[in-house]
Amino acid sequence: MASLLDAGDIGRALKRIAHEIVERNHGLESVVIIGIPTRGDYLAKRIAKVLSEIESPVPVGTLDITMFRDDLRLRAPRPLLPTSLPSGGIEGKCVVLVDDVLFSGRTIRAALDALGEIGRPKSVQLAVLVDRGHRELPIRADFVGKNIPTSANESVKVNLTEIDDEDSVLLIPEVSGEHNG
Amino acid sequence: MDRHLLSINDLTRAEAFGILNTAHELAIISDGTLKKLPTLRGRTVVNLFFEDSTRTRISFESAAKRLSADVINFSAKGSSVSKGESLKDTAQTLQAMGADAVIIRHGASGAAQRLADSGWIQASVINAGDGTHEHPTQALLDAYTIRNSFPEYTDSFEGLRVAIVGDILHSRVARSNVLLLKKLGAQVTLLAPPTLLPVGVDSWGVETSYQFDEVIPKVDVVMMLRVQSERMLDSFFPSEREYSRSFGLDSRRLDLLPPRSIVMHPGPMNRGLEISAESADSHKSVVLAQVANGVLIRMAVLYQLLGGQTLGDISSVQPITQVANK
Repeated sequence: MASLLDAGDIGRALKRIAHEIVERNHGLESVVIIGIPTRGDYLAKRIAKVLSEIESPVPVGTLDITMFRDDLRLRAPRPLLPTSLPSGGIEGKCVVLVDDVLFSGRTIRAALDALGEIGRPKSVQLAVLVDRGHRELPIRADFVGKNIPTSANESVKVNLTEIDDEDSVLLIPEVSGEHNG
Repeated sequence: MDRHLLSINDLTRAEAFGILNTAHELAIISDGTLKKLPTLRGRTVVNLFFEDSTRTRISFESAAKRLSADVINFSAKGSSVSKGESLKDTAQTLQAMGADAVIIRHGASGAAQRLADSGWIQASVINAGDGTHEHPTQALLDAYTIRNSFPEYTDSFEGLRVAIVGDILHSRVARSNVLLLKKLGAQVTLLAPPTLLPVGVDSWGVETSYQFDEVIPKVDVVMMLRVQSERMLDSFFPSEREYSRSFGLDSRRLDLLPPRSIVMHPGPMNRGLEISAESADSHKSVVLAQVANGVLIRMAVLYQLLGGQTLGDISSVQPITQVANK
């Protein structure tokens, strides 16, 4: 098990992503941050915290995309996770989706479908802590913490202090099981 | 969770709370603008109703449609074929049509179990009321409604006191509720005239009483049951007036209830018989919340049974000829 990022690396990556979000959108006027549970949600809150320190507070939300997945029929039903959208909604906003690992791209496709049901954002951008490649759909991230080339049968595990023991990103070799989308 | 939902006994305590939690998340999702979810797109849900029903059928239909399933309403009213045969013929028709779930209401206790065990169909069977046996989704929506009113019982009903009042003998709602409430940890008291308590009620693990006025100041939830005149072939009580006086929830008894308690009724209500209009419309009444929560609970159940991989996904549907030859 190799450590790819430590707590300091994660903090610096999120800080840089926050600055890039401000730069790309020329401020934060219509920016809304939406995290994809579980760990994307914590990352969204951390990015929002940095944004409020360097620029101004932004609305933060959580979007569970379970009901929109296209692989539901391949396994047992998953429990649903909390969803909470900012009171201002997403209509006409610049939505920044946040997830921990970008892999096949299917989670993001499901998130785009869900957003489409809720309203019509002006634009949707994607921020991920780790991009590990192996896309199965034409989806790319706008803000990437770290690009990590992996082989398909390796697994990337993101730990965050909110629910795990430490802040870290680990590369776990030859594991079948949970895939982060 | 099992492939079917026939009885509350099919669920463990954790699975029951899992359904309540799923319904809670669905409530948050569909509270905003996500009215329609694509989860069950391409699945076919059949409402197979041998008995009259409005709210349960509409509730299931609405739940299935909000999950994007295709809904077929099959009303078997007027069928003169004998019960066993008609159920088999119907089941084979549904199998041939490729039904993924069959929601069955039937006047005979055990009809849903028969459909599930027969091997006639591969679909998931959901019991929407069989005779005087069970009505599991009603019990689940009642538990969900109770939990919304008492947030302190979110993870366990330990310490919650519930009185179920009225026609216990004929009530599948009461049976399912007793099973579920006990499973979740609540303390249940049944209140009914001796003629309307079933044989063997001592083995249910609940208290029974004939004195409504003694019980009422000590309960958090009072669940009134409909007097089911259509199932009463004998006289179970001397007169409606006397029943109403002994076991009806009138405004005097409403005042005896503790301040935070709630009044429930599965509907349809006989206003003036088991519940007075004032009680039914009081701020303690959660009758309309029960109806609204019914859709969420049924969405949660459909998601649990059909959201993942089903038998139909593994083995493709048998050709019609093969089924017919059996």
